[in-house]
Amino acid sequence: MSPAQRQARFTVVGKPRRRVDARAKVTGQTRFADDLFLPRMLHCKLLRSPHPHARILRIDLRAAADPGVKLLLTGCDMPTPYGILPVSQDEHALCLERVRFVGDPVAAVVAVDEQTASEALDRIRIDYEPLATIASPREALETPEPKIQPYGDGNIHKKVALEFGDVDAAMASAESVFEDVFFYEGNTHLPIEQHAALAAVDPDGKLTVWSATQTPHYVHRALARVLGIPAAHIRVIATPNGGGFGGKSDPFNHEIVVAKAALLLGRPVKICLTREEVFYCHRGRHPVLMKLRTGVQADGRIVAMDLQTLLDGGAYGSYGVASTFYTGALQTVTYEVPRYRFRGCRAFTNKPPCGPKRGHGTPQPRFAQEVQLDKIAVALEKDPAELRKMQIAKPNSLTANFMRIGTIGLGECIDRVVEGSGWKDRRGKLPFGQGLGLACSSYLCGAGLPIYWNALPHSGVQLQLDRSGRVTAFCGATEIGQGSDDVLANLVAEVLGIDPFDLRLVTGDTDLGPVDLGSYSSRVTLMMGHAAIQAAERARDLIASAVSRRLGIPLERVVFAQRRVFDAEDPDKGVPFAEAVQIGEAQHGTLGTTGSYRPPESEAKYKGGGVGPSPAYSYSACVAEVRVHPETGWVEVERIWIAHDIGRALNPVLARGQVEGSVYMALGEALLEEMAYRRLPKHLSGALVHKYPSLLEYKSPTTLEMPDVVTYLVEQPDGAGPFGAKEVGQGPLLPVMPALANAVYDAVGIRVDEVPITPEKVLRAMADRKSRRFGPSDFPRIDWPEALRVAPPAEGGDGTAANEKPRRRKDDAIVAPDVAPTGLPPHPSTPEARRGVPSSSPASQPPEVLR
Amino acid sequence: MSTTSGTASSPDARTRMTLRINGESVDILFDTYKTLLEVLREDLGLIGTKHGCELGECGACAVLVDSRPVLSCLLLAVECEGCDVRTVEGLSQGSALHPVQETFADLGAAQCGYCTPGMLMTASALLERNPDPTRAEIREALSGVLCRCTGYLQIFEAVEAAGRILRGESTVKPPEEGR
Amino acid sequence: MMRCPRFRYLSPKTLHEACASLQDSGPATMLLAGGTDLVPNMKRRQQTPECVVSLRNVASLREFSSDRDRLRVGAMTTLAGITARPEVRERLGALFKAAAQVATPHLRNMGTLGGNLCLDTRCNYYDQGYEWRKAIDFCMKKDGEICWVAPGSPRCWAVSSTDTAPALVALGAEVELASREGARTLPVHGLYRDDGIAYLTLKPGEILSRILIPVPAAGEKSTYWKLRRRGSFDFPVLSVAAWVLRNSRGTVESARLVLGSVASLPRVADAASRLVGGILADDEIEAVAQEAAGLAKPLDNTDFSLGWRKKAARHLISGALRELRGDDPRILGPLARRAAELVPVA
Repeated sequence: MSPAQRQARFTVVGKPRRRVDARAKVTGQTRFADDLFLPRMLHCKLLRSPHPHARILRIDLRAAADPGVKLLLTGCDMPTPYGILPVSQDEHALCLERVRFVGDPVAAVVAVDEQTASEALDRIRIDYEPLATIASPREALETPEPKIQPYGDGNIHKKVALEFGDVDAAMASAESVFEDVFFYEGNTHLPIEQHAALAAVDPDGKLTVWSATQTPHYVHRALARVLGIPAAHIRVIATPNGGGFGGKSDPFNHEIVVAKAALLLGRPVKICLTREEVFYCHRGRHPVLMKLRTGVQADGRIVAMDLQTLLDGGAYGSYGVASTFYTGALQTVTYEVPRYRFRGCRAFTNKPPCGPKRGHGTPQPRFAQEVQLDKIAVALEKDPAELRKMQIAKPNSLTANFMRIGTIGLGECIDRVVEGSGWKDRRGKLPFGQGLGLACSSYLCGAGLPIYWNALPHSGVQLQLDRSGRVTAFCGATEIGQGSDDVLANLVAEVLGIDPFDLRLVTGDTDLGPVDLGSYSSRVTLMMGHAAIQAAERARDLIASAVSRRLGIPLERVVFAQRRVFDAEDPDKGVPFAEAVQIGEAQHGTLGTTGSYRPPESEAKYKGGGVGPSPAYSYSACVAEVRVHPETGWVEVERIWIAHDIGRALNPVLARGQVEGSVYMALGEALLEEMAYRRLPKHLSGALVHKYPSLLEYKSPTTLEMPDVVTYLVEQPDGAGPFGAKEVGQGPLLPVMPALANAVYDAVGIRVDEVPITPEKVLRAMADRKSRRFGPSDFPRIDWPEALRVAPPAEGGDGTAANEKPRRRKDDAIVAPDVAPTGLPPHPSTPEARRGVPSSSPASQPPEVLR
Repeated sequence: MSTTSGTASSPDARTRMTLRINGESVDILFDTYKTLLEVLREDLGLIGTKHGCELGECGACAVLVDSRPVLSCLLLAVECEGCDVRTVEGLSQGSALHPVQETFADLGAAQCGYCTPGMLMTASALLERNPDPTRAEIREALSGVLCRCTGYLQIFEAVEAAGRILRGESTVKPPEEGR
Repeated sequence: MMRCPRFRYLSPKTLHEACASLQDSGPATMLLAGGTDLVPNMKRRQQTPECVVSLRNVASLREFSSDRDRLRVGAMTTLAGITARPEVRERLGALFKAAAQVATPHLRNMGTLGGNLCLDTRCNYYDQGYEWRKAIDFCMKKDGEICWVAPGSPRCWAVSSTDTAPALVALGAEVELASREGARTLPVHGLYRDDGIAYLTLKPGEILSRILIPVPAAGEKSTYWKLRRRGSFDFPVLSVAAWVLRNSRGTVESARLVLGSVASLPRVADAASRLVGGILADDEIEAVAQEAAGLAKPLDNTDFSLGWRKKAARHLISGALRELRGDDPRILGPLARRAAELVPVA
């Protein structure tokens, strides 16, 4: 069957279905990491730093000894650094000589039970020498010493500058230039499941680690590196995550600690973090200050955009370099932006590290862009919906920064929410205190590049079929609640004409399945999906050829459907699926196939062009209706209309759930949630703490805050997606925050250029008769490096920068070796370390450890 | 109930008592400091009950005690003698799922599944008292359980659909596309 | 998982036994009612009793009875049990709305009226885990020296965060305190002291056993408004309980206004007396709201910013009084709309 025919007659794809793992979930039988109990299992607790920045002078473990305490660990037991990005291997399983935020782990206790372990923690004595602290990026810019990390420029982790075409010239020729400063506060993922991990030594001496991780493959690499044992002797099993949202995408301290402890003790060791510790793991949304200048023609058409971002990174690198690029990379994907300059800067501060949260780096500049567009529409007296529609990016085009766009369903998305909300009749016409706001967004369907450079597939699927008719699909992909297992079953079942429940799935296990890079960057449906289809088509072709020969059906007429394999023109002529597998096995031998996927090569060849390219982009449009109480500034969300260009909804029940879940998380960010910190009066205390690391004070919306949501799935199949599917897990979050801000403006005529939009801020904006605005007033002067100049495609560019030194080609390597950033000690496996090249980091005195 | 040192237990005491769980009487011996949540998960192997904060701030650990939803993380197990405790393991009858389990499964009300047991127990208690709740009553009844995945709307619809089944008005309906 | 520290556990069967247990078990003994306040505080090591005396099995503490004058509510009556009572729902608006808005439905099935009245005072520097508090070198209320909300202060400024106390004060209720020596009765307001640490006037060995609420006469009406970020879970950041007695012509004969969560104890607003003789006209309400709002001198130790909470106080007070006047709460702003839509879960 040709792909076209196949798509015309889906039997599984597109049907609203119960997800394959639903029964386990509704019976409470899904085994999350902390639900695992093994014989002789011990429990681990971490002692965390009470100082935001300090040198560790002495660790006295003597008083912690107890018959119930089986092991005490400190940083020197696991001195090898690790980190999710090869360029920022700056973390240690337990801090070596320095703590960098309140909550940085320093020691570990393994005991017979959690109570005994907790009690032993209290008896560990640590002497610290407190150091000056950095609480904000502005402080980091002004205070190069003491350095929080040995690398970077003072306390600046990373600066990037890119320019696509002559932006200043375009601004000069623009009819008007709009300039705004915005601030987007940090927030966190808050999965209800706390991070947990269990490690055990297998009977054959190999190591198994079960963990609530979204990225078992990257945890696998980090474990091999830090523990110094062959990766092939380590098995990582990602247990189903009780929510991830990006928060379980880094390798974490506790995973390495329990692995080390299990190896040393020969007994299973489990850890489950407290909620407070989950706040310290963080890796959530970066607080970002943004200055956005946009030049437009008289009709509102964008001629150039100039964006500066300043990110508060927290104490470690994490995904930070990628996050920094992401605050700029996708600004060109929603609308046509012919010329674009982006400069981003990430600072280190003495707070838990920020990283990727749903939308990774994009919601912040998207908020700025979409609120500013609303201001432009008001200034030019244009309908904000029309202003956007007239300049949507072109399908099958290259953006100014060389992102290859495929299909764009944004126009239809806008039409749907405009129509559904009664936008044309109601916007600007509701009574004072009520308003409608609109915003749009675009997002990627999987990062075009892996975290570490390699020439291998991003996702692999293996199928095994046997004579019982059983089909097992093996894949490293990780179920975090989004339904990746269901996508896998869905696609294989579609191709083989069976029911998704017929499959057995083995996922998230580095021993049993081929690598999938993990559940991040909205990549699983697209990448695993392609691999699954390829593996299934190969299996189908094997069976089809055998059945065709055996039953005498012309090959092109062999159909797989309804658990049968039969003649398209004579459906009675055929066999049940199990029998077809037997026929296949008889002809070909044991049946097994593989499929894999690697995204197409990006056209963005300049340095930094690795962040942003994706096989496809999803689009969303949102209208929010709010009611603002003028006396208190209280904002109530009456209703949300949201349309998402998903390409094709593989399972509409799950797709709708992702859209509504995104709206929910977005409402929390927009109105309630923040990762706020408190510094005590400096003359009395050096404390710099999370204001309230608890589920009570971190205000996640309850059922009572959730408004009705009208969801439209816009389906314009994209050739780059599996059966045309695009992502749905992250994109729909992005337009909601700006839509709300724009609705507040429509309701009471004020601008809150900040997230979250709290009653305090609304009231202060209303009280400011002159500006009618609340938000940051200025963007600090940053000493930017010279921008890499890349000519946009429309100006004859080829994707390289005119002023960039030719880069070393990596073509020879299959997997690039890790390169530590300048300043960090070289990893033992690097050639530098093997040659004995001295580390360039300042000599650090390891603490004295008393046992 | 007995503790290792009589009525006034020493700080190290363990408590022996009979607990009625999911219709069965179970003799257990546990550390007196433990909450019902800890005893369920660690001493009875009933890991269906989850935890997200252990401080009464999320609702993931909701179970039914004498038919009322309560938080097992704040209830000392020693306080449960003579009570009838029901957990998600006791919701289905053999292999037959409770209607609210069926509708949660069909209508996308469980994404990651972590808050699901707490939601299910709370919803089943609501439907037991009131098989025809309004949307407002459902919102209120479930307002003590946080879900970070779904945005709650598919959960509300699942509770409503389960009510229709319990009232005999329908069997499990196929979900509709979109809204 | 967070664990309770080890403790001794006693479970007396009678009030007399409970009083004896409390007195005989040493100073580090605490009473356990619903557990929704004590258990999390124990897990965070804010309260570390060596001995816990459970009131669960004291049957007499669960009484609920009434005569012509008074409603007698045993201290162990759950908050859900309170809201389920038609006499509360129909006639004691302030108590109903206060009890119905405590925490979450689950916690109201556990938490008791007596426990809510004795709720530990709260503060963002205190309601934290042990490690967090260690990071700020603790605070005056527990293990430390300084009150971080007001570092020069000789006293602790933790906030009275009980919902039901302001309501019961407004309703003119009393509490009965039992001890081995016998019982005494206090107006609810007399139970509190303006000190974040020693916030109760209970004497050692005393147990709050009963709440006595006057049965409302014709013309009495009361309500309770609660400010918080979310409609569930959250403690009050500011609350207003209001009660009026009006004659058949609508003239106010008596009025009480009580502010919660603005100090270490519920604050009675004397300004309410200015309503007497009036008809709850707009200007009367505004004048009283302005004056009473002056009592709200919040410190930066709860949710929301200081300045905004002060502004909100006036809105809450005037809204509550307008509701008593008979205005439709649904037009009185989002807080009233929420409260008006309260659905008690039986």
